[in-house]
Amino acid sequence: MSGKRLTPEELDRLGAELDALRQRVVDDLGQADRDYLLTVVRTQRALEVAGRGLLFLGFFPPAWLAGVAALSASKILDNMEIGHNVMHGQYDWMRDPALNSRTFEWDTVAPAANWKHSHNYVHHTFTNVLGKDRDIGYGILRIDPEQRWHPYYLGNPVYAFLLMVFFQWGVMLHDLEVERLVSGEKRWAETAGVRRLMWRKGLRQAVKDYVLFPALSGPLFVSTLAGNATANLARNVWAFAIIFCGHFPSGVASFTEEETAGESRGRWYHRQLLGSANITGSALFHVLTGNLSHQIEHHLFPDLPARRYPMIAPQVRDICARYGLPYNTGGLARQLGSVVGKLVRYALPDRWWGGTSGPTRGTVGSGRGPRAA
Amino acid sequence: MLATPHGIDRYLELIHPMLAIREQRGIVTGVHRTTPDTITLRIRPSRAWRGFTAGQHVRVSVTVDGVRRTRCYSPASSQHARGFELTVKASGLVSSWLRENARPGLVLDLSPAEGDFTLPATRPDKLLLISGGSGITPVMSMLRTLTDEGHTGEVVFLHYATDEAHVPCLDTLRATGHRLVLAHTAAGSGHFTEAHLRAAAPWFAEATTYLCGPPGLMAGVTAVFDQLGIADRLRTEDFRPSTPADPGAVGRITFSRSGRTCDNTGRSLLEQAESAGLRPEHGCRMGICLSCTRRKTAGTVRDLRSGELNDEDDTEVQLCVSVPVGTVSIDL
Repeated sequence: MSGKRLTPEELDRLGAELDALRQRVVDDLGQADRDYLLTVVRTQRALEVAGRGLLFLGFFPPAWLAGVAALSASKILDNMEIGHNVMHGQYDWMRDPALNSRTFEWDTVAPAANWKHSHNYVHHTFTNVLGKDRDIGYGILRIDPEQRWHPYYLGNPVYAFLLMVFFQWGVMLHDLEVERLVSGEKRWAETAGVRRLMWRKGLRQAVKDYVLFPALSGPLFVSTLAGNATANLARNVWAFAIIFCGHFPSGVASFTEEETAGESRGRWYHRQLLGSANITGSALFHVLTGNLSHQIEHHLFPDLPARRYPMIAPQVRDICARYGLPYNTGGLARQLGSVVGKLVRYALPDRWWGGTSGPTRGTVGSGRGPRAA
Repeated sequence: MLATPHGIDRYLELIHPMLAIREQRGIVTGVHRTTPDTITLRIRPSRAWRGFTAGQHVRVSVTVDGVRRTRCYSPASSQHARGFELTVKASGLVSSWLRENARPGLVLDLSPAEGDFTLPATRPDKLLLISGGSGITPVMSMLRTLTDEGHTGEVVFLHYATDEAHVPCLDTLRATGHRLVLAHTAAGSGHFTEAHLRAAAPWFAEATTYLCGPPGLMAGVTAVFDQLGIADRLRTEDFRPSTPADPGAVGRITFSRSGRTCDNTGRSLLEQAESAGLRPEHGCRMGICLSCTRRKTAGTVRDLRSGELNDEDDTEVQLCVSVPVGTVSIDL
């Protein structure tokens, strides 16, 4: 599944081709990219105002439903196509202070500053490197056979379900690095900085959605509260589903620290290719995923505007074909089904499944060969 | 709190950019072509605008092909007028763009007015204002401000231009009633000499002189004042031309926030900052995570990935993939 092994020379050529592809996009960035982002921002703000407005008419069930739908869509656009991508610096070249990775905050409880460190740096630099990339199982799940089994993981599907329901809080708490606190690698006092930001952001978000807007709607307090909670839940479930399909479907490779020590630019690209998976769908579907349905392109070029990913996908696919590398893609049902399968399978000790079957490991340079999936 | 986390302006500006409460913006209400190569824009600022003092400058930003571009201009109008005027000479990216695209209704992003090239609160009795070319704007603002205040002291305005057609707002200047001396560099008078000074304002040694113009004029006037030992009577505004990029690892790096400097060794700014004993925040060291992004206040850097040069002041750069080319200042 993880394709043929590449020689260092082939990896260098792969790196040069992908660098050239990146440069072609960078040279072409301009007004069209800005116009696109501004259209998404306008749509999101309009949906938000409409959604919150409709909830003031929440005594009328169709208005309540429409309000929740609009507010859910607003939060999804805000977090995925706008927030995630702007905070990656994809639009920093515009030098617009309101849409800059250093200043943007998103409509979710995780503070931008904490998230940018764990996501942009840790996850995107050490993608799928066991022991380094904390997004493998998020420190609470077993999603890779190389994570050693422990009776704790019997609850794997339950933890995943709870993470889905409370996803925004999970993303926020991720930066506490609980697993490192438990193992003693990190002391509680060291989390003071991230905790202060969490308190501030979490409180503001919770007060806005669960106190202020419900209170403003007077007799409809409970109706508005329920509407806002439902919108947050819808966003949580959607974001969880899309994000879990990015690195966890079967066929995605993981790597060890030894394999990736001192890797070249070409090897880094190679690892990003093997460690990510795409989801197929319509144009609207791609926008609602923040174009994370093109996780492969995103991991190769995390700082290119996401609207460009579908445009360059054919070229990336062509490069994969020429180098004999897999390009992991499939419909949402298939990718999600495979993730759920893994969450259930790895809840149990390996021997129940006849040894270590499962996703493949990378074949990075002189590393070990692929294991049969 | 209701608009958290984006803030109320991010909603209001979608109705109209001038509705923003905290953002300093200006809407163009009039465009006049005053000379063959300049235009004058009449600007009505937004509520957050806190005014300017004659002689100060404002950073004006416009979006050119999706990228926000910024340039400094000194308002040319009186500080007591409602709104202000910018006289823009078509050279450089922003000015050329404005010349092509400025129409009533265009909204500009503004910085607060800054700069200390200003008149003292107690207006001097004798004032000599000298300018050349597009350096006319800050001193013209002073002149028009003094006129509005009914200033009764002696004021002489000595201006250098190619010819009369190249003096913006000439009628306005004549209408101030102050003595106006125009030197036409293309015709008889030529470039600045000490004789011009004596002819225009024989009392200049007892006056306060304000000077703004191209490097040749600045150097000429400064030399005369130095020679006569009256340099303390001269106030100047430097129109700092962008320094040409030196080739490679020369010059010095200034980390302005920490006050440290070092010789440019030609390695990435991140490595040089670390060698200078600084511990800037950073992550991937390969240009993807943007943890090390900092503001470059002056100088040119080369992007290690694309080889592209960036010589614009006040732009953000990623320290780990930027190599200084010559002398560079970083807000770190």
